[in-house]
Amino acid sequence: MTLTPLRPQTTTDHLSLLESHAVYILREVAAECERPVLLFSGGKDSAVLLHLAVKAFAPGRLPFPVMHVDTGQNFPEVLAFRDQTVANLGARLVIASVQEAIDRGRVADPGPHGARNRLQTVALLDAIVEHGFDAAFGGARRDEDKARAKERILSFRDAFGQWDPRQQRPELWQLYQGRVNAGEHLRAFPLSDWTELDIWQYIERENVALPPIYFAHEREVIRRDAMWLAVNEFIQPRSGEHVERRLVRYRTVGDATCTGAVESDAVSVEAIVREVATANVSERGATRADDRFSETAMEDRKREGYF
Amino acid sequence: MELTTDILRLATIGSVDDGKSTLIGRLLVDTRQLFDDQLDAVVNASERRGVGDLDLSFVTDGLRAEREQGITIDVAYRYASTPQRKFIIADCPGHVQYTRNMATGASTADLALVVVDVAHGLKEQTRRHLCIAALLGVRGLVVAVNKMDAVHWSSAAFQGVVDEVETVAGELGFDAITCVPTSALLGDNVVDASDHTPWYTGPTVLEALESSDAGAWTNATNGPRLPIQWVLRQPGGGRTYAGMVNGDTLHEGDAVTLLPAGIETTITALNTLHNGADVRAGAGLSIDVALADETDAGRGDMLACAPLPRVTREIAATVCWFGERPLVTGSRLRLKHTTRVTPARIVALDGVVDVATLSVETADELRTNDIGLVQLQTADPLVVDDYRDNRVTGSFVLIDEVTNATVAAGMVGRAAFL
Repeated sequence: MTLTPLRPQTTTDHLSLLESHAVYILREVAAECERPVLLFSGGKDSAVLLHLAVKAFAPGRLPFPVMHVDTGQNFPEVLAFRDQTVANLGARLVIASVQEAIDRGRVADPGPHGARNRLQTVALLDAIVEHGFDAAFGGARRDEDKARAKERILSFRDAFGQWDPRQQRPELWQLYQGRVNAGEHLRAFPLSDWTELDIWQYIERENVALPPIYFAHEREVIRRDAMWLAVNEFIQPRSGEHVERRLVRYRTVGDATCTGAVESDAVSVEAIVREVATANVSERGATRADDRFSETAMEDRKREGYF
Repeated sequence: MELTTDILRLATIGSVDDGKSTLIGRLLVDTRQLFDDQLDAVVNASERRGVGDLDLSFVTDGLRAEREQGITIDVAYRYASTPQRKFIIADCPGHVQYTRNMATGASTADLALVVVDVAHGLKEQTRRHLCIAALLGVRGLVVAVNKMDAVHWSSAAFQGVVDEVETVAGELGFDAITCVPTSALLGDNVVDASDHTPWYTGPTVLEALESSDAGAWTNATNGPRLPIQWVLRQPGGGRTYAGMVNGDTLHEGDAVTLLPAGIETTITALNTLHNGADVRAGAGLSIDVALADETDAGRGDMLACAPLPRVTREIAATVCWFGERPLVTGSRLRLKHTTRVTPARIVALDGVVDVATLSVETADELRTNDIGLVQLQTADPLVVDDYRDNRVTGSFVLIDEVTNATVAAGMVGRAAFL
């Protein structure tokens, strides 16, 4: 599918500026850090991040591996997309497995239907130590959540992987400085200043490939916690819940047990751009059970070392 | 879908409790930038803390400690767009101990949105922040003279603050100043014009922001510069040099000098991310270029067109010191300037700035949050412009050698008002 821009691009339009800034960050961190890694979940933000990383170093190869923190409870379409994308690039894929962390006794098993979202932190931090990564690129955006709105583009993590929001390094101009001592690391967020709409406009402009579940499709779902949850091996109807077929799509992609779908008939990127431009509910509010535990759910998880 | 055409970066300035976060909350709510669930969350948080129906400051004060203490600790970035432009809003803390965070927000700002409580006028902390914003090269101010409801919408009270702001802003060399009488709490003159101020015919805060000069922070008065970030090897053996343009627009065919080596050559090809091969690239665009001559150019070097920057190991600079231990003559640090990191030493401390009077006093040390004038020596040569001519090639940070913390913001040269 080739999409033609609606009007000629000038070189200073906001997407070009956001793109240039993100590429600048990718190059700075790749140059200053010894062993960076790019976190890739197969979601739209990490697909855009990977696309930018490829552009930043083309025609050279990606100078770092990509890592998926795998909860073991994924949408199969997303795993297929992950593997295809990584194979096309010839990139090295590191998998940090929550299932392995459970099997090794690093974390308690929340049971077959339990949410594993929070356990990702342990798998992520273990993998960072095991591989000696000193920087991890993530696709987080500041418009997603009020705790993320507070975070630096290069965010320092101590030897325990913790974020201390009261002691962030000053980050002046575009002088991103990535020096850390052994055992400490950085999280780098090149998409910090992008909004959900910017992401979709960029996907449209650059024709970035995405997993099919972002586009409207019919699916068996149940209504739970004011969200549409797909019926699959992890989510089964409880008594009182009934299974319906609905036309839905995903606005975010995360663990299959806590990511909800939204009703939508948007089958193209163009239609999604229109939908996002007029949405009344935020993407995490619409689709993420993990942010609903408390007012500061994201801040609490981030302090522990979450993405 | 139309693309918005540009980005305006703004930072908020003001003392504690003058209503900065409330103003930003009002701006976002009244321009319908908040989603329903985000607004619901603010309403719930307000109720739970017993601060009324809707505490707009909770829109940006997202950390638990901030909500508990009712203060802003660190910068919150919020985004808004109108059909004309995208806004990146850095809502900065007002407390003196968080000056480093305010400087973080202001360093990339095109414009400062200043909030002043009409009943109190300019407080020392606001003067300090205006001084830092001026040092950081912010040229435009939109001033919300706030809490007008508390002075019964008095035009005389408004004019009193306007006079005070204009005096201070004049001393600091700001060139575009718009003052707006507001009540962020009630929404007057923030997005919608107020019925309470028939004597005021100027723009609302939003209108003032929409008509301000965007991209001011990358504006420069000297030639194009391209600090080299990364060398890209091309198939067939050639190389191109990647980086982000600053200063003026760089063109294919430009005669450039590779610095610090001083080798003269020509740009034979220029690639932008969006268009591929292109004929020009302006400030803020990441590009890569091919050169006519074989060079050993690498990261830390710079390509520049006339008028050329200076190559030097000795710099006179203005610094904002954020370190916990004082900065003294002889202090050893690391310095990051453009894409180069080098050891540096403070060889002289020429004084500390009194932010109330803008006079420079002699001092033996700079303490946390002091602004001072220093002489630095670096191990490797740097390629610098004066900060007033170029915010990219004129700026640097100082890094603690042990903790790797960023402990100072540095600007080459001395501001005109010091």
